[in-house]
Amino acid sequence: MTEPPTPAHSPVDNPTDAAAVPARKRSTVRSLLRIWPYARPIRWFLVGSTSAAMIASLAGLLIPLVLKQIVDGPVAHRHTAGLWWPAALLLVLGVAEALLFGVRRWMVARPLSRVEQTMRADLYARLQRLPVSFHDRWASGQLLSRATSDMFTIRLFLAFPLVFLIVNSMVFLIGIGIMFSLDWQLGLIAVLPAAPLIVLCSYFERRYSAAARLAQDQTGDLATIIEESVLGIRILKAFGRHRTMAQRFREQARELRGTELHKARLLANLWAVIVGLPELALACSLAVGVVQVAHGSSTAGTLVAFLSTALALRWPVESLGWLLAYSNEAATATDRFFEVLDTPLAEEDDQPTVDAPQPAGPRDGIRFEGVRFRYPDAPAETPDLLQGVDLHVRTGETLALVGTTGSGKTTLTALLPRLYDSTSGRITLDGVDITELPRPTLRRLVSVAFEEPTLFSASVKENVLMGAPGADENALQRALDTAQAQFVRALPQGPDTQVGEQGLSLSGGQRQRLALARAVVGGPEFLVLDDPLSALDVHTEALVEKALRRVLAETTALVVAHRPSTVLLADRVALLSDGRITAVGTHHDLLESCPEYRELMSGELAAAGSASEGSRA
Amino acid sequence: MTSTGLTADTLTDRHPSDTEIDVEAEAPGLTTTAEAGADAEQWQVEPAQPHEPEPGTESGPGSAPGPGPLVGAAAEDAEDIPVPPGAPRALLRSLMGPHRGRIVLAMVMIVVQQAALQVGPLLVSLAIDRGIPALRANDAGPLIAVTVGYLACATLATLLQRAFIRLSGVINQDILLDMRQRIFRHAQRLSLDFHERYTSGRIISRATSDVDAVRELLSEGLQELLSVGLSVVYISGLLLFLDWRLGLVSLASFVPVYLLTRSYRRRSQRIYRRSRTAVATVIVRFTETMNGIRPVQAFRREAANEVAFGVANADYAKSNADSLLSMARFVAVSRATANVWITGVVLWGAYLVTDNSLQLGVLAAFVLYLRRLFDPIDQLAMFLNSYQSAAAALEKIAGLLAHEPSVPEPVEATVLPARPEGSPAGREIVFEEVGFAYRTGKQVLPTFSLRIPAGESVAVVGATGAGKSTLAKLLARFYDPTGGRVLLDGVDLRELATAELRRGVVMVTQESFLFSGTVADNIAVGRPGASREEVEAAAKAIGAHAFINALPEGYDTDVRKRGGRISAGQRQLVAFARALLADPAVLILDEATSSLDVPGEQAVQEAMRTVLAGRTAVIIAHRLSTVEIADRVLVMEQGRVVEDGSPADLIAGTGRFSRLHEAWRDSLV
Repeated sequence: MTEPPTPAHSPVDNPTDAAAVPARKRSTVRSLLRIWPYARPIRWFLVGSTSAAMIASLAGLLIPLVLKQIVDGPVAHRHTAGLWWPAALLLVLGVAEALLFGVRRWMVARPLSRVEQTMRADLYARLQRLPVSFHDRWASGQLLSRATSDMFTIRLFLAFPLVFLIVNSMVFLIGIGIMFSLDWQLGLIAVLPAAPLIVLCSYFERRYSAAARLAQDQTGDLATIIEESVLGIRILKAFGRHRTMAQRFREQARELRGTELHKARLLANLWAVIVGLPELALACSLAVGVVQVAHGSSTAGTLVAFLSTALALRWPVESLGWLLAYSNEAATATDRFFEVLDTPLAEEDDQPTVDAPQPAGPRDGIRFEGVRFRYPDAPAETPDLLQGVDLHVRTGETLALVGTTGSGKTTLTALLPRLYDSTSGRITLDGVDITELPRPTLRRLVSVAFEEPTLFSASVKENVLMGAPGADENALQRALDTAQAQFVRALPQGPDTQVGEQGLSLSGGQRQRLALARAVVGGPEFLVLDDPLSALDVHTEALVEKALRRVLAETTALVVAHRPSTVLLADRVALLSDGRITAVGTHHDLLESCPEYRELMSGELAAAGSASEGSRA
Repeated sequence: MTSTGLTADTLTDRHPSDTEIDVEAEAPGLTTTAEAGADAEQWQVEPAQPHEPEPGTESGPGSAPGPGPLVGAAAEDAEDIPVPPGAPRALLRSLMGPHRGRIVLAMVMIVVQQAALQVGPLLVSLAIDRGIPALRANDAGPLIAVTVGYLACATLATLLQRAFIRLSGVINQDILLDMRQRIFRHAQRLSLDFHERYTSGRIISRATSDVDAVRELLSEGLQELLSVGLSVVYISGLLLFLDWRLGLVSLASFVPVYLLTRSYRRRSQRIYRRSRTAVATVIVRFTETMNGIRPVQAFRREAANEVAFGVANADYAKSNADSLLSMARFVAVSRATANVWITGVVLWGAYLVTDNSLQLGVLAAFVLYLRRLFDPIDQLAMFLNSYQSAAAALEKIAGLLAHEPSVPEPVEATVLPARPEGSPAGREIVFEEVGFAYRTGKQVLPTFSLRIPAGESVAVVGATGAGKSTLAKLLARFYDPTGGRVLLDGVDLRELATAELRRGVVMVTQESFLFSGTVADNIAVGRPGASREEVEAAAKAIGAHAFINALPEGYDTDVRKRGGRISAGQRQLVAFARALLADPAVLILDEATSSLDVPGEQAVQEAMRTVLAGRTAVIIAHRLSTVEIADRVLVMEQGRVVEDGSPADLIAGTGRFSRLHEAWRDSLV
C-alpha cells in the first residue's frame, strides 16, 4: 500500500470521472483476494463459522432421514417403545442445528465488525493524507459511500456469500447423494429442474443487478435535485421558481419509477421460476413415489424423507445466483475501496533533507522563484494559472497580495503550506526549499486563515488551539482578543461551547474571527491570511485591523486583500495579474504608478473597464 | 414461504443502520434555530459600544439572553418538529387511498397464492393415505387427481406470485412517487424561516433516506409479512383441520416464540437507536474532515482526527456487533425452541399413529407443515428491523408534511395594477404599521411605517443584528409581518400569487448558490425561456461576460464539472445577472456585493444606474461604497430606523451615518 502504484494498477486507480463506477477490469476473484490482509487476522473465526454452518446444514439434512426411521420403523410396526431413540436423535439434531446456526453468527459478529472498523479507519487515515487535488476531484459523497455502504457490502460478503458458497455447494452435493441413495428415480426427477433453475436465477440476477445500479444512480440524481432545491431555496423563492424545480423533480422521479417497475418485473419472473420449477418437480416425484410405494418398491418413510430433503435443498440451489451476484458486488466495493488506498500519498515522494530552516546569517523570509501552477484537471487549452511568479516577502514584513477575482491569489497562498505543489519553480522559507522540509514542520511554520472559515465539531477552544497544540489559556485569550472574538465569552459554555456540525452554528463573521484566532494563536513565524476580514462589518473590521497590526509586526505575513482597508495592514503590496507579479510597492506608490492597481482599489477606471469589456464581446 | 430458514438467515443480517443513514436526526442541535441564531448574534460584543461591560446585557431591556433561550431552542431542535397525533396514520391512509382497488386485488392474489402453496403437504398426505391404497386396488384415479391438483396449485401459485409482485410493484412505486413529490413540493412551499430552523440536511434526509426506509418496508418487508402472516394462518388452520389434538399442541408453540420475539424486539430497538446515533457521528466526522481537508492538512489535524474518528468508528462497530449478536441469540433460541417443539409433536404423532388414532399420511403432512411454520421466524426478525426504521421515518415525514407554511399562498389572488404607459418600471412600497417578532415572542422590528416611492433606491445600513435583513425579508415576503401590512402599489403582498409577486419583487442575497447545469442555465433561472441573447445581455450589463467567456465552454460550461471553478465573487455576478434578467419592479440586494472587488462592485452599481434605472431598489450593505448610488439612506439600530435622509444630508449632519462614513472614507486613503 505504501509503494507507488504499478502501471498495471493505473487504469483502475485513475478514475476519469469520480462519479462513474469504474469498469471492472479485474476478475471478481482477484478483487476479492485483496481483502485477505484484512480477513487474515480473523481467518480462524471464519473457518469456525463455516464449519458451524456446515455441520448445522448437515444436521438439517439428517433430520428427514431420522423421520424416515420413525415412519418406517416404530410407526409402521406399531412399536411404541422403539420411538424413543430416534426421537432423542431428532431432538439432538434439531437443537444442534439451531444452536450451530447461532454459533455461526455469534463467532463472527465481533471479528467482522472489527474488520469493517479497521478498513474504515484505514480509508479515513488514507483520505486525510491524500493531496488536496485528490479531494478536488472526488465529491465527499463518493468518499462517504466508500466508507459506509461499501464497507458494509464487504462485511456482508465475509459473513454470508463467502461462507455459504462453500456450505451450500457441499450441502447440495450431499443432499443429491442422499436423495439418490433414497431412491435414484425420484432423485433424478428432483434434480432435473436444478440446472435450469441455476441458469435462470443467475440470468435474472445479472439483469436485476444492472437495473438496481441504474436505479441507484437515478436515486442519486434525485437526491441532487432535492439537495439543490433546499440549498438554493432562497434563490428559488426570490425568483418564484419552485414550479420549474418541481417539474424537473417530477420527471426524474418518474424515470426512477420506471426503473423500479422494471426491477419489479424482473423480480416477478425470478420468483416465479424459483417458486414454480421445484413445485412442479415435486408434484412429479410425488406421483412417481406414490406409485413406487403402492408397488412395494419403496416405503412411505422413504417418500416422506425424500420430500423433506428435496424441500431442504431448495435454498442451496436458489441461493447460488444471489450469492454470485453479491460476490460480484463485493468485488466492486473492494475495487472502490482500493481505488482510494492505492492512490499515492502526498508525502510519498518527499525526501526531506533538513529538519527545519536553519538561517545562517540574515533570515530571508518567503521567496517565490519562477513559480508556475496549473490545476491537474484544468482543460488542456487553458494557459497556466500562475505563469512564473517571482516574489519576496522579507522577514518581519507584511505583504498584501491583490489581483482581480480569479487571478490565482488563493491558489498562490495554497502553495505555501504545500496543499498543492507548484508545477515548476521553487518556494523557499528562510532560504530552504519547502519541498525539502518535512510536511508537518512546514505546516507548523506556516499558519493559514482560509477564505472559507471552516470550524470542526469540537469546542471553540479546541478549534482555535489546533493552530498551536500545547498553547495555554493565555495564548487562547490573546488570540481571541486579537480576532475581536470576545463573543466567545458570552456563549453558553464560553470557550468550551461545542461548535461545528454537531454544535452551535455561528454566523459567517463569527466563524471568520475564530479562523483568524486559530491562525495567529501560536505566534507563527509565517502567516498567510486569505481575505481575513471580508465577512466583518465596518466597526469590527476596524478593531480587528488594529489588533492584527500588533501580531503582524512580529511575523512574516502574506495577506490576500480585496479592499483598500485590508491592504493598509501591509507594508508593501504585490499585484498578481495574468499569472505573474506585475508590480510591487507601497500602497501609495502603486496608486500613483500603476493604473491597474488604481482601478482595482478605487475603481477609478472601472467604468472604462466595463465599457471595453462590452466592446470586446 | 418459498424460502427455507437459510434464506431468511442470510437476509436478516442486514443492519438497519446500513440501509438507512440519517445524519441529522440523531445529532442533537446540529444547527440552531432562527431564534438561536439571532440570539447568538445578540451576544456579540458590539465593539462599537464600548460602554457595554457585560455581553449578556446588550440584547436590550426586557429580554433575558444567555444560555437559557439558546439551550431551549437547541433542545427543541433536537426533537425535530412536533408530529400531530395520528398524522403518520392519516398520511398512510391518504397515500393508499387512490390505490384502494388495486390493494384489495393484490391482497386477494396473495391470499389465493398462499392457499395454493400451502395445500402441497395436504396433497402429500392425501396421496399417501388415499392414493396408495387405491393404487394397490388398481385405482389410479385418486393419485391422478392429487397429482393434477398439485400441478395446478403449483402453476397457480407461480402465476399469482408473478402477478402479485408486478402489481404490488406498481402500487409501491406510485405511493413512493406520490410521497416524494409531496415532500418536495411541501418543502418548497414552506417558508424561509422554517428552512433556516430545520436545516437543509434534515429536509434532504426526509426526502431521501426516510423515503428509502419506507420503500424498503413497502417493497420487501410488507410482502414478506403478508406471506408469513398468511402462511401461519393457513398452516394453523390446516393443522387443526388435519388433527385438532396435534394442531393445538403445535399452535401452543406460538406462546414461547411470541415471548422471544417480543424481548428481541425490545433489545434490538435499543441497539438500533444506538447504532443510528453512532453511524451519524461517523458520517459527520467523515464529511467534516473531507469537506475541510485544507484546514485539516494545514493545521496538521490528521492524527488528532484519527483518534476522534476512531472513537466514533469503534462505537459504531460495537453497536453493529451487538446487533449481530442479539440476532444470533434470537435466531438460535427461537429455532431451537421450534425444533424441540417439532420433535415433541412428531413423537406424540408417531405414538398416535401406532395407537391407530392417526393416519400415517397426516403425520407426514404435519412434519412438512411444521418445518414450514417455523421457517419464517428469521424473516420476522428482519421485518421487525425494517418496520422499526420505516415507522420512525414515516413519523418524521408526516411531521414535515403536517407543518403549515407560515407564508401561505393567497386563497384568492389579486394582480398588481398595470403601470401606466411611459411611467418608470418601479413600484411604490409601503410598510404600514409593520412589526415583526419571532415565534418565541422576541421582538425584532417594533411597529413602524415607511414609504418608498416608486423608482427610489434606498440604502439600509446598520450593525449586525440591527434588523436590516429582516426588513428585506418582509419586503420579499420571505416572512410575513406579525402586525401591519406590506403594500406594493397599494396591494398587500399576502394577496399576490407567487408568480405575480416575483414579477414585482426579486431579492439577491449574499450567498450565491449555483444549480447544476451550465452558466447560461443558472442565469436563466431569472427568467426561464430567455433567449441566449438576453442571457448574454444581462451578463454583459453586470460585467460578467468576460469571465464567462474565459471558461472552457463559455456560457455552456457546466458549473459542477471540471474547469468550472467559479470564485465567490464570480458567483455573485451570476446572481446579479439572474436578477437583471428577471427584470423586477422592485429589487432587493441583501449584502449582495460582499465578495466582489471594487471594480466588480462598480460594474454592479453602473448596471443599477443604467439597466435598472427607474426600478425601486432596497440595498443592504456593509460597505458604504454602495450607499453612494442611493437616493436615500436608512440607518437602523436595534430594529428601529434612527436616521433617514439623502446621503448628502446625512453625511453633512453629525449623526451615526456621518461618523460611519467618515471612518470609511479614511480607510480608502
